[in-house]
Amino acid sequence: MIWKKLKLWFHMLGSPPTFHVFAKRVAPWLWAGFAITAIYAMYLALYVVPPDYQQGDSMRILYIHVPAAWQAMFGYMVMTVLAVIALIWRIRLTEIMAMSCAPIGAGLTLVCLATGAIWGKPMWGTWWVWDARLTSMLVLLFIYIGIMGLYAAYDDKRKGARVAAILVLAGAVNIPIIHFSVEWWTTLHQPATIRLMGESAMDASMLPPLIWMVIATKLLFGAALLDRSRNELLEQDRSKKWVENLVVQGTAARS
Amino acid sequence: MSKHASASPAMALFRRDMKLAFRRLGESLLPLFFLFTVIILIPLGVGPGPNLLARMAPGMIWVAALLSSLLALEHLFRPDLEDGTLEQWFVGGDSVVGRVLARMLSHWLITGLPVIVFSPLAAQMLYLPNHALGTLVLSLVIGTPALSLLGGLAAALTLSTRGASVLLSILVFPLIVPLVIFATGAVSMVADGLDPSAHLGLLAAFTILALTLAPLGIAAALRMNLE
Amino acid sequence: MTFLLEADALEFHRYGEPVFKPVDIALAPGQAIVLTGPNGVGKTTLLRMLAGVLQPVAGKLTIGSSLAFVGHLPAVKGDLTCRENLAHESALGESGMSPAEALAEVGLAGLGSRPARALSAGQKRRLGMARLLVRKSSVWLMDEPYASLDDAGCRRVDDLLAAHLQDGGAVILATHQRHPRVAPDRIVDIVMETAAELPGR
Repeated sequence: MIWKKLKLWFHMLGSPPTFHVFAKRVAPWLWAGFAITAIYAMYLALYVVPPDYQQGDSMRILYIHVPAAWQAMFGYMVMTVLAVIALIWRIRLTEIMAMSCAPIGAGLTLVCLATGAIWGKPMWGTWWVWDARLTSMLVLLFIYIGIMGLYAAYDDKRKGARVAAILVLAGAVNIPIIHFSVEWWTTLHQPATIRLMGESAMDASMLPPLIWMVIATKLLFGAALLDRSRNELLEQDRSKKWVENLVVQGTAARS
Repeated sequence: MSKHASASPAMALFRRDMKLAFRRLGESLLPLFFLFTVIILIPLGVGPGPNLLARMAPGMIWVAALLSSLLALEHLFRPDLEDGTLEQWFVGGDSVVGRVLARMLSHWLITGLPVIVFSPLAAQMLYLPNHALGTLVLSLVIGTPALSLLGGLAAALTLSTRGASVLLSILVFPLIVPLVIFATGAVSMVADGLDPSAHLGLLAAFTILALTLAPLGIAAALRMNLE
Repeated sequence: MTFLLEADALEFHRYGEPVFKPVDIALAPGQAIVLTGPNGVGKTTLLRMLAGVLQPVAGKLTIGSSLAFVGHLPAVKGDLTCRENLAHESALGESGMSPAEALAEVGLAGLGSRPARALSAGQKRRLGMARLLVRKSSVWLMDEPYASLDDAGCRRVDDLLAAHLQDGGAVILATHQRHPRVAPDRIVDIVMETAAELPGR
């Protein structure tokens, strides 16, 4: 009985007006969750964790740098799953959601790269180092930009989403390979590996802020995904009746 | 009238593509020009120091191979889209993977093979040690097909978009990062007197993966862009 | 009787909306189905679907025989001579006429060694049609075969159609000008209609 109800609910979620209501209701909770966990994580990171014996306080930036990197990668996996569903079953909502993942992932990648640069400057004196993670993230950024660019180049959004989905899959196969090859490359060319994080192992006391920040980025991704998808849906359907109804209701509620 | 044995459509397409390439020989050889542009300009930029050039040689030759491949990618499918020959591939509902492979083969012969043939000369001009020459050529032979395949995928994806050439370059670059790393790594290893077989093995695996998956992606993207 | 081609409630969508009302087709040997309808209703789209170029969004398509498709574009390579273009086409399947014979049939005799890019629009169209002759196929799908042709050219097309139908082949063609002048009992008319505007969701 409950299985049938779940299936029905899932099916209904594919209808634009239903998704709109769902996303509108759920997203604020996710944003709130993100704010709370992020603030707590930053408090722990800035005040509770002791400074690193090698790098001092500048190490604290890893608490943004690493979760951003992880979520950028995880976000790509979410996008891949959505892309596969979009290609096989052609469900319009998954097409929209898959494409909405890309800008969020790109943003997270940028955060990772920026925090990497901020971290690197006092350490190495330059705004960039060819660290394995940073280089992988840079390539990932280009993949995300490519997906966004390809999708944007199409007027027919359903067609554009499906073409971009093929690119998402190509990236999904390639990203582990890229990651591996870049790691290989850094060990090949540097006698001592330049690692942004340094050689100090993670002490147990250093873990809680990291875990909380990872949870925070997941909530961030979910909230942003729902909001972006809802907006994209509204934009694409702006001349449809259900959107008109919403506008009318909204105006009526205000007057 | 004589009925020629029906060569498969893929073979017929390959023969026609090669015939067309030879008709426009100047255009077809343009990618080769890029090899020498890179080989000549960069030393002019960084100075003729043998050690520096020798270190840079594998990377430079591979970048040249990439540029020459990229140059030919814009004309890979677009002319066929515009004169209606591309949609004929799909008439009848048979799989087009064979034709895709035929097209990629002709692309590789025109862009990859010349680079392979002239790479020893380029290597000499860049002071690459002689014992590394074999590995260089081998890395190009194994790797340039993957270059063509992944470039073909990017070309198929951007076939009906405006501003395709810029987008094409953005799409190709991330896809070939492992290729460049493995291929140049192999040559650097052997230049330093080390064993390149791990790199070459990974390179071969990458090319095989590209050979298996890229044609499917290209076929799907072509079909979508014909709508 | 087995049908050469069957289509059941075929639909196509653009920008998420259906283009035309669902179409049913049952094509028997010796038949010429003529698609008519207002401009923009999707005759070309339907033909491309039947040819296998586009995937139907809904409905079922069963193809039981070899197909040839002559669309808006002549599908010839400008850098190759007319003869070379036809030789390539003939290598794609079962050989029919020789290129020289085919060129004569469409009124391009003697132009075998001319590069295709040197032909006029009407001549290119006829070259495109010659492709149907050098490779044997049961079903001919033709999009506006009479466009860009003068009276003599149109009559030639009708002759080719009649001969093909006589041989047991079949044709589906879209036209919004001239109707094919073949035996009327072979013709089946299908008038396509634009999909109705659905009441807002």
